[in-house]
Amino acid sequence: MSTATIAPQALTAKDFATDQEVRWCPGCGDYSILKQVQTIMPGLGIPKENIVIVSGIGCSSRFPYYMNTYGMHSIHGRATAIASGLKATRPELSVWVVTGDGDGLSIGGNHTIHLLRRNFDLNIMLFNNQIYGLTKGQYSPTSEENKVTKSTPFGSIDHPFNPLALALGADATFIARSMDRDPKHLQELLKRSHAHKGASFLEIYQNCNIFNDGAFEIFTEKGSKPEEAIFVEQGQPLIFGANKNKGIRLDGLRPVVVELGGEYSADDLWVHDEKDFYKAQLLTRLFDDPRIEGHLPRPFGVFYQAFRPTYEDQLNFQVQEATAQKGPGNLDKLLAGRETWTIK
Amino acid sequence: MSNSSIQNIEDVVIKFAGDSGDGMQLTGTQFSNNTALFGNDLSTFPDFPAEIRAPIGTLPGVSGFQLHFSSNRIFTPGDACDVLVAMNAAALKANLKGLKKGGIIIASTDGFDAKNLRLANYPEGVNPLEDGSLANYQLHTIDVTKLTREALKDSTLGMKEKDRAKNMFVLGFVYWMYDRTLESTQTFLNEKFGKKPDILESNLKVLQAGYNYGDTVEAFTTRYHVEKARMEPGTYRSITGNTALSYGLIAAGQKSNLPLFLGTYPITPASDILHELSRYKNFNIRTFQAEDEIAGITSAIGASYGGHMGITTTSGPGMALKGEAMGLAVMLEIPLLIINIQRGGPSTGLPTKTEQSDLLQAYYGRNGECPMPIVSASTPSDCFNAVFEAFRIAVQHMTPVIFLSDGYIANGAEPWRFPQSADLPEIAVKFKKGLEEGEEQFLPYHRDEKLVRPWAVPGTPGLEHRIGGLEKQNVTGNVSYDPENHQVMVKIRQEKIDKIADHIPPQTIELGPEKGKVLVLGWGSTYGAIKSAVLDLLSEGHEVAHAHIRYMRPFPKNLEEILHNYDKILIPEINNGQLIKIIRDQFLIDAQGYHKIMGVPITKGELVIKIREMLQ
Repeated sequence: MSTATIAPQALTAKDFATDQEVRWCPGCGDYSILKQVQTIMPGLGIPKENIVIVSGIGCSSRFPYYMNTYGMHSIHGRATAIASGLKATRPELSVWVVTGDGDGLSIGGNHTIHLLRRNFDLNIMLFNNQIYGLTKGQYSPTSEENKVTKSTPFGSIDHPFNPLALALGADATFIARSMDRDPKHLQELLKRSHAHKGASFLEIYQNCNIFNDGAFEIFTEKGSKPEEAIFVEQGQPLIFGANKNKGIRLDGLRPVVVELGGEYSADDLWVHDEKDFYKAQLLTRLFDDPRIEGHLPRPFGVFYQAFRPTYEDQLNFQVQEATAQKGPGNLDKLLAGRETWTIK
Repeated sequence: MSNSSIQNIEDVVIKFAGDSGDGMQLTGTQFSNNTALFGNDLSTFPDFPAEIRAPIGTLPGVSGFQLHFSSNRIFTPGDACDVLVAMNAAALKANLKGLKKGGIIIASTDGFDAKNLRLANYPEGVNPLEDGSLANYQLHTIDVTKLTREALKDSTLGMKEKDRAKNMFVLGFVYWMYDRTLESTQTFLNEKFGKKPDILESNLKVLQAGYNYGDTVEAFTTRYHVEKARMEPGTYRSITGNTALSYGLIAAGQKSNLPLFLGTYPITPASDILHELSRYKNFNIRTFQAEDEIAGITSAIGASYGGHMGITTTSGPGMALKGEAMGLAVMLEIPLLIINIQRGGPSTGLPTKTEQSDLLQAYYGRNGECPMPIVSASTPSDCFNAVFEAFRIAVQHMTPVIFLSDGYIANGAEPWRFPQSADLPEIAVKFKKGLEEGEEQFLPYHRDEKLVRPWAVPGTPGLEHRIGGLEKQNVTGNVSYDPENHQVMVKIRQEKIDKIADHIPPQTIELGPEKGKVLVLGWGSTYGAIKSAVLDLLSEGHEVAHAHIRYMRPFPKNLEEILHNYDKILIPEINNGQLIKIIRDQFLIDAQGYHKIMGVPITKGELVIKIREMLQ
């Protein structure tokens, strides 16, 4: 089959838009995510025809229809498994999975963790809005406890998933978090996800203004963002606050917030290291309910990156090795087997 | 030397039965291979419990291997046994009813001690080997354990390891009884235990000891010889259904020039296809043991989308899980093979027992109007040709195809006059390579005269497009909720499958007159029993015929005409009546059914009785 590629001659974001009317609710966070993806695509240097976007079911999963690449809007929860089969057979393609907190963590949770442990080289964008939008407002596996929704009139008693801790628990080789309301940061993390050789898991906080408006407001709005969100960067100390006057220090294995300028300086702080698996585990656990007094700020950025062989490379290596050692399959030899007899 | 005489006979049915740990499947397989190489026609029926190791010595733990071999053509593993090898009391108890009156019992006496008798639920103090209850049979008792240990008295192996060779003693003895050489098994043992010289030596020694025992002990005065079968000239090998199926897939991959991708999850009795295909990576085959049945089929959909041939294998419960994804493949209109090795159901049912009870599931078991072609196999070797055809239909008609086999033919073996690669037809596959002249925009649901849409895979410049499970607008493939369009699309998807009937061979009559009193209409693994029964009745001069359907959906176009050529139609099935419902529904024909739902094949004898009734 043809894998010939033509140079992506000066593609623009517009080249990645389709003629289909975008049908998300006005004000949905998905618009921003779509825009950022269309914006970074030309810069990746991949011909359009080599990009495939696979999605499951849910609001976010309409994404492929709006991207002028190859795309499949599949069935609920299975985009990750479909993408696995595609990547196993066509490793040269750039495969992006669009999923949501219901699609990727509830009905499709099993496939998500198995994709991560196998480490296919593809990019998962998990749009987390902490609600079921397409089915009109039931709680999701990431909804906070006590949440009152259509299906939980007395408040939810489900304990929520911590998506990045789950991904790391499945030995993901790249985990990161960004948000719909910070285009620059999101673009940067999309590029990092793409650049990672292996499975990347990017959680994107996405506002559902119809059924769960303001779920992440505290992290995304000007007034509270500096105090509540902490943007981690490789080699940099964990500093936050409107006046960059706070930091996170490790007291043994316990992260604590400290004021800078007095007893502590930046030198005393936790320095972010994406390669450090143990620190990454602690970082994913900075997941306090922001309603609770004394909670820690929520981290954004690349939490962890590691390298291990990808599934498709190993699979195709086995095919090549077997062919090199035994030669291409000989059908007549196979059909005859080792023991035959002839009747005259 | 022995003073036994050798008697020529035509036909033998032998059953090796013992505890699951006694190695009866291996013993049976070895005898089958030996028989095949000798040139008899043969048919086998392995019958084993679902438990890997049920409690030793109990009835649920009995594992059996039935083998029918003959100097004539045969089509079934035999209705009743001539010889029963019983390694313990439970094996005797479980299988005695299947032994012909006057048949031979070879019992291993150490398996009939007080403990084994108790485990087999014999009343206190009763030993069938001693109480005269087996007077209607020819009973031979051998203390296999003692003789095995005796043969290995110089070996340094532990007692437990020595006793593991017991099945070789029995096999050696049966080889002697049927005038065979030990060579094929000696070769097998050399390959299997080449790296463990002490185990190899003990097995070889005990095999020979079993043979010599027959030669020296005077209790056995008769040996038997079954001449080579008068089969069509050609080169043969022995093959099981699952192996033939695997080879059919590999052959179709070679003949279509498509790499294969098997996405699957282990399930009895389908797992052997995964084991087999995973060995042949040099045929450009990728196997993927997915995390569940759903990932099995959806990963295969991903592979087909990418231009490989996506295949998934399973059994009934797995089919249930794959239903939604099959619907997606129907909407996407891409090639896919879904292979169901049927077993007893519902639910977990009878995992190791055979049944044909997923036909209605294959027809109707999905949401919405969701037609898919169905192809079935009738014998172990037929799995090769049948799956080759299923593959061809999938790629040439851009559709998922369901392939139905069952546990009986999957594990059963028979001689196979295998084809030469050069004699197999090519399978033409067309990928869309780009926009053609005058084509301004790619229309993914633009169809050809067969109503087939193009296969346009990612990586092809100019054909970027989106597909999915939502209803498609006719031609453009864009999402459409338009009421008229939905009706049009439902009809088109159905018509596309119906049109496959123009591209399959007509239904043939297997045996018997083209018009007459009774037509026995079968599908799948009932083939051998129907054929044997109809042959018997034809030789008595009755007006009875046999037709066997391979293409279950759509049916061959001439099927209806055939059905009208007989006064009565009988449809035997290993289910509660499934094909019969479809035949009655499509052709308004008052067919009669014969349904056996016991997890075992229908026998020739019971069919003969049923057909006779209908002939009166």
